[in-house]
Amino acid sequence: MSDYKDVWVYVEHKSGAFTPMSYELMGIGKKLAGELGADVCALAIAENTDEIAKEAGYYGATKVYAADGAEFKTFRPDAYAKAACSIIDKHKPDIVLFRSTSQGADLSTACAATLETGLGSDAIGLEIDADKTLKMTRAAFGGNFLVAVANKKTKPQLATVRPKVFAMSERDTSKSAEVVKESVAVSEETLRTKVLQFMQSEVAVNLVEADIIVSGGRGMGKPEGFGILQILANTLGGALGASRAAVDSGWIPQEHQVGQTGKTVKPKIYIACGISGAIQHLAGMRTSDCIVAINKDADAPIFKIASYGIVGDYNQVVPKLIDEFKKRLSR
Amino acid sequence: MKIVVCIKQVPDTEAEVKWDLQKGTLKREDMDSITNPFDEFALEEALLTKEKYDAEIVAITLGPEKAMDVLRNALALGVNEVHHVSDPAFAGSDTLATSYALAKAIEKLGDVDVVFCGKQATDGNTGIVASEIATRLGFSQVSFVGKVVEIDAANKKIKVERGIEGGIEVVEAKLPAVVSVLKGINEPRLPNLMGIRKAAKVQIPVWDSSAIGAAKEKIGVEGSAVKVIELTTPPPRAGGEVLKGELDEVSNLLVEKLLDLKVIK
Repeated sequence: MSDYKDVWVYVEHKSGAFTPMSYELMGIGKKLAGELGADVCALAIAENTDEIAKEAGYYGATKVYAADGAEFKTFRPDAYAKAACSIIDKHKPDIVLFRSTSQGADLSTACAATLETGLGSDAIGLEIDADKTLKMTRAAFGGNFLVAVANKKTKPQLATVRPKVFAMSERDTSKSAEVVKESVAVSEETLRTKVLQFMQSEVAVNLVEADIIVSGGRGMGKPEGFGILQILANTLGGALGASRAAVDSGWIPQEHQVGQTGKTVKPKIYIACGISGAIQHLAGMRTSDCIVAINKDADAPIFKIASYGIVGDYNQVVPKLIDEFKKRLSR
Repeated sequence: MKIVVCIKQVPDTEAEVKWDLQKGTLKREDMDSITNPFDEFALEEALLTKEKYDAEIVAITLGPEKAMDVLRNALALGVNEVHHVSDPAFAGSDTLATSYALAKAIEKLGDVDVVFCGKQATDGNTGIVASEIATRLGFSQVSFVGKVVEIDAANKKIKVERGIEGGIEVVEAKLPAVVSVLKGINEPRLPNLMGIRKAAKVQIPVWDSSAIGAAKEKIGVEGSAVKVIELTTPPPRAGGEVLKGELDEVSNLLVEKLLDLKVIK
């Protein structure tokens, strides 16, 4: 077990395109590595990892383990897992962190089952325990409980981490990482999946990464209500969310749903309009930094957890807010 | 075509959650239970597939005696066969041990083309098991599916649309495949009275650990890597402030407070 060292961060990208969020976990990875007296390293798999690796260095990676190849152009769980597992097997990291995204989930599960090791998912807290194992805190049962889990049995310890929970490390272009290129042969014939096409959403609903979310619930009363919320969201540069009640009423598509059977979000500002605050909804947004509730019903449970509340009809309040924001932001 | 649906019984979120604090596991027997809401979409997708193509559906669940209820519900909806994977030795299984046991059960069924699973369960919320089953069986791993476009059993291919960040990805995969579906992929039907009556009479076969040929060291607590070490309730959010005054007044005040956060640019 002592062969296993260092904290690795998997760098996700979309067909070679990365964003600062791709390096989001480098900050917490570095902190954990520091406590273990180990290094934080990046794991990059792509058609060409040169730029990704250079960027990982800027964000503080000491080393970058990289696999390049035409078969890695677009993410596929089978191809990427073959590469990741082969590199992990060879270099034996103590901990590997993935973002809790579709890509992170797909790759981490494939690695866990291949390597027969434990995986903690969607962690919102990560620390090194007294026995040097990774303590992962996650929300369970609609956020009513925090469960700390640990894998004290197998290595490496794998975890997916909820986006936007941990602070980014600084990007310093004077830094660089040692790049360890590994050639992993993956032949197309042995792969089981093929990506045929990617259709970009017209209105990209990326609730998970949004800093500001304006959300509507049953109290909207009609689909048109979301039009005005969209205007507020646009004014603030935010995304449009919804409760299950609004989605089930057919007022807004499911990809906007926040809550237990929708997305879990952690924006800096969450504005809940006409949302009463059922525990299933709170499960998806209760860790938002600032929660604003706008509701006609002064007794709505949402007011108990809201940072700021306005008792009133959204039809009157939201247009006022839009006007005032536009005025002050000169939009 | 042979389809398997994996269904989990979960505690009703509306009901009180009861923990065995010593073991860090749930007292599932003492809680109200329902079919995992995400699995209802997996089951419906299997039923739709059966209607569209020539297929038989086998539903399986892993869980204590009570978990049998979810299989009865599946029978009432028209699945052809059910198996209850149940053994006290499975107690305390983490996702690694659970995916192992379910993979062994699917292996025993044999000649499976598609395994439908829900995206995650509403109790543990890990979303791990379906993909681990795929890897363990060497099946295609096809997750976050919002639409099954086509299943070509003769040529062993499936084409789906995956709902991922920023858009929809169209993927073609070889069969057999484990397909985990998103909420909203379909509208799950309800069982009718005749179905419920018929299902009530069925003797549900139980497969224990030896029936599926599971190795003792790979199931239950012994086969699990991840364990609960601490259980807490999150700190309550600090009491909020309800802004009081005329509409103009409160709106302006709120705008000011939100701009002060320096988040809105």
